[in-house]
Amino acid sequence: MTTLVDSDELARCIRRLAAHIVDEVQRRGGAELPFALVGVRRGGVPVAQRLAEEIESAEGLEVPVGTVEIALYRDDAATALPDPKIGPSQIPFDVRGRDVVLVDDVLQTGRTVRAAMDCLLDYGRPKRVWLAVLFDRGGRELPIAPDFVGRVVEVSASARLEVVLDDAGYPSIATLEEKS
Amino acid sequence: MSAPRPFRHRHLLDISGLDPRDIVQVLDTAEVFFEVSRRPVRKVPTLRGKTVINLFYEASTRTRTSFELAGKRLSADVVNISTATSSVKKGETLLDTVRTLEAMRPDVVVVRHPASGAPHFIADRLSCSIVNAGDGLHAHPTQALLDAFIVRRRLGTLSGLTVTICGDVKHSRVARSNAELFQAFGSKVRFVGPRTLLPPNAESLGVEVFDRLAPALEGANVVMVLRIQQERLEGAHLPSLREYSRTFGINERTLAAAPPEAIVMHPGPMNRGVEIDAKVADGPRSVVLDQVEAGVAVRMAILYQLAGEAGTAPAA
Repeated sequence: MTTLVDSDELARCIRRLAAHIVDEVQRRGGAELPFALVGVRRGGVPVAQRLAEEIESAEGLEVPVGTVEIALYRDDAATALPDPKIGPSQIPFDVRGRDVVLVDDVLQTGRTVRAAMDCLLDYGRPKRVWLAVLFDRGGRELPIAPDFVGRVVEVSASARLEVVLDDAGYPSIATLEEKS
Repeated sequence: MSAPRPFRHRHLLDISGLDPRDIVQVLDTAEVFFEVSRRPVRKVPTLRGKTVINLFYEASTRTRTSFELAGKRLSADVVNISTATSSVKKGETLLDTVRTLEAMRPDVVVVRHPASGAPHFIADRLSCSIVNAGDGLHAHPTQALLDAFIVRRRLGTLSGLTVTICGDVKHSRVARSNAELFQAFGSKVRFVGPRTLLPPNAESLGVEVFDRLAPALEGANVVMVLRIQQERLEGAHLPSLREYSRTFGINERTLAAAPPEAIVMHPGPMNRGVEIDAKVADGPRSVVLDQVEAGVAVRMAILYQLAGEAGTAPAA
């Protein structure tokens, strides 16, 4: 297992992502309400938290943060085992008419994002849904493209790319394990 | 805290078949579905293409409706069969009925039956998952699980509590399942009611038995009031409803013996003015309507755990 992105670089990634999101969503989003971040359980949740803090400290902008649980929306839900780590979605704001940025740690097939969009839409009809990911590793199996990417990484389809959290529960480094 | 693990059961037949970790897992999953039930769109696609049959050999409105809503909110196809409208009336045996149903390839069959052990009998003979929705005087596990869900939400724990169950304990599968559940978490269970309505073996279950209300309520965290079934009067188990109400009815005066933070539960339907006074039923300590709301979430959690692939094949 190797360190793919160290903590300094990962912090820079998050800062860049935060600035990019604020620029674009404010310029092109056009909703009257402030935009919101929604982390995809479980890997996207700490990334969304971290982005919200970054946006508040750098831009002085307070953005609401929610989470969506996708286990109930998986396209293989009928054949998959029940997920023992399932937790509740939490959307503590009205999504109707709002720009919502879905946040995940790693984008690969796009199936998780598809499920997350279905879940989000059950809370109402947002003005626009955006997608921000810390890492895009390619390998899409659905027609889904991110709006904001921290970093594009080229790894084999079977490699295990993991965002490791620090003791406070924030994204710290990214590791890569090639499966033989 | 131990790591989550897959649910290890194919059926939900009684509380005694579950260990505390299984129960915590059902309750944790139910929190997820409790949230689903409060969304603008109260439905998730999880069990799309799955079939749930509610097979009710006993009258029931709230339990059947609760299971029906639970299945529908998970996008399963739900069919209700009750004895009044089925060929059971024409003399079909239980085994014939369930074999016929099995040919329709359900994923889960929810059974309520007046005979204790009927769900076990079916579980032994069918390949789908069976949920016991109440069998005779034996068990009503989903009621105990939803009661536990509310107690955990309100009091923050299932351990170290004193749970007082009042009324016709002898004929109550709700009392039996709740006693098993709370004892499994190290809580104390008390039964109180007229001697004729208390089970003769209560002490051997590790339950404290009282024939007066006030001492039974002293120090109680949870007061579970059971329905007095009018038909028991004919069997001379009770002198009169009026006398029952005076001696064992839960009203503001009798409830004063319990600590002010104790919660009052009732599995429904309530006989207002008999076992529970309207002021208590509608008062701030009553969680009766919370129990109904929790019922749907807990049953969704159970269907989710059983109707997934784990229910029909062992985990890989």
